[in-house]
Amino acid sequence: MKCQYCEKPATFHITEITESTGSQVMHLCEEHAKGFLQKEEADPVASIASALAKQLDLGQTKKDLEELDRKACPVCGISFFEFRNSGRLGCPFDYTHFATDLLPLMTNIHDSIEHVGKRPRKTAAADSQAVIIQLRREMEEAVEREDYERASEIRDDLRRMEQGEEGMGDA
Amino acid sequence: MKRSSDFNELATRSGEWMRGTGPESDIVVSSRIRLARNLADFPFIKRCSDEDRVSIERTVRAKMEQFANWDEVQYYDLEQLPEIDRQFLVERQLVSREIAEADGARGVAVSANEHFSVMVNEEDHLRIQVMHSGLDLQTAWNQVNELDDLLESAILYAFHPDFGYLTSCPTNVGTGLRVSVMLHLPALVITRQIEKVFRSMQRINVTVRGLYGEGSQYSGDFYQVSNQITLGRSETELVELVGGDVVPRIIEYERKARDYLVREGQQDLHDDVSRSLGILGTAKKISSEETMHYLSKVRLGVNLGLIDDLAVGTINKLFMQTQPAHLQKLHGRLLRSSERNVERATYLQRHLSDAFEN
Repeated sequence: MKCQYCEKPATFHITEITESTGSQVMHLCEEHAKGFLQKEEADPVASIASALAKQLDLGQTKKDLEELDRKACPVCGISFFEFRNSGRLGCPFDYTHFATDLLPLMTNIHDSIEHVGKRPRKTAAADSQAVIIQLRREMEEAVEREDYERASEIRDDLRRMEQGEEGMGDA
Repeated sequence: MKRSSDFNELATRSGEWMRGTGPESDIVVSSRIRLARNLADFPFIKRCSDEDRVSIERTVRAKMEQFANWDEVQYYDLEQLPEIDRQFLVERQLVSREIAEADGARGVAVSANEHFSVMVNEEDHLRIQVMHSGLDLQTAWNQVNELDDLLESAILYAFHPDFGYLTSCPTNVGTGLRVSVMLHLPALVITRQIEKVFRSMQRINVTVRGLYGEGSQYSGDFYQVSNQITLGRSETELVELVGGDVVPRIIEYERKARDYLVREGQQDLHDDVSRSLGILGTAKKISSEETMHYLSKVRLGVNLGLIDDLAVGTINKLFMQTQPAHLQKLHGRLLRSSERNVERATYLQRHLSDAFEN
């Protein structure tokens, strides 16, 4: 038997059992088996894809989805399409910007949309942190187009904001 | 915290979590808990520029250098380490394969006894993990919780009042907590009950991964049980789900299967175990899968009292040190796969005969 991912013989036969897919048998060569086994967790793209597929069943039209795919975060620039393909979000603000789109997804994955565990002693307003991330991105873009004057203005703004943060007390 | 790139001392030891001690250590190899955390003022790794990654690594390292009582903590700069050394850390489970193979600024802080490690710039900015030998999730949770408090005192985390700790992947959001218990279940494999047992676990939000699964030519009989969800339950509830509910049930099934094997097929089992020990002690070349397969049988034999002179800790150490990067570190140079098979056989022969003499 050949490995599922290459031409080498499959010497590893791995059964993966998860709630969402039931048991699934993989036939892999030593190299691919190592990569697979040493991944700490089940593939997030697969679980996100399956959770999104369930959402699709619930009646989102193709047009709705195309529109959603184009939606992009103003802070980090990631589109929902990129997220869907990689299973990774771009910045903390995505949880705010895509909140309505992520809620059904989180319900599917966790059967909950509400954190009930530990909370940090200090927190900052998500908006102020998003501004820092956005400014840093704008600064890098300014440097790229060699607009050094703009870049240095942004750097000063950032310094001020970061210093303000240092002085922040416990919430 | 001191910066290090020397593994010679580490290579000769096995981490404390591999000692083969702790509750239920005849079946539970290790208990691990990890927390995923991100800095509030940076994008997640996927959208980080190279400069962002450098800033994150520098910021976090500088903060950790200030921690009191961290004098004996080693920091490894993973961007600078050669591949063999990164592989070595993967084999010791101190870093993930992902971070070992990634690019850019990244590192890991490791405590002297290897109970904890803090990865910087993995899939999330911080991955804090604690690992113990045997089934000891409560100690692991207390320790990882303390580490998290310490890091939080120096770093502003990305946190949302409704969704909890924000993570790069929504599968980790909320607590960011993953409990993983590594189990050795040879009797359930031999008696062909393993699938049935895991099917019965499927509705309760845990994931079971078979490492070197049943039906293959060589099986190591190791399985990892983890919580699937991270949001909507507290950390202690998640720890209890895996450590108080699921794992004890699997342990009970494995014990029953071991009893059955001893009762109904002791001669066959004893034969199988002795032959496995014979192969490991006399082979002139041996692959890592074959080693894993026979070591698993020997481990069962030791735990059932069919082999007297070997300790579980010794077997655990052999599992670790016969992996490719460890073997090459101990040998002192890079080896081709065929050379490793010879070196592995020599190593096993030497250590198994040592074990019998002691």
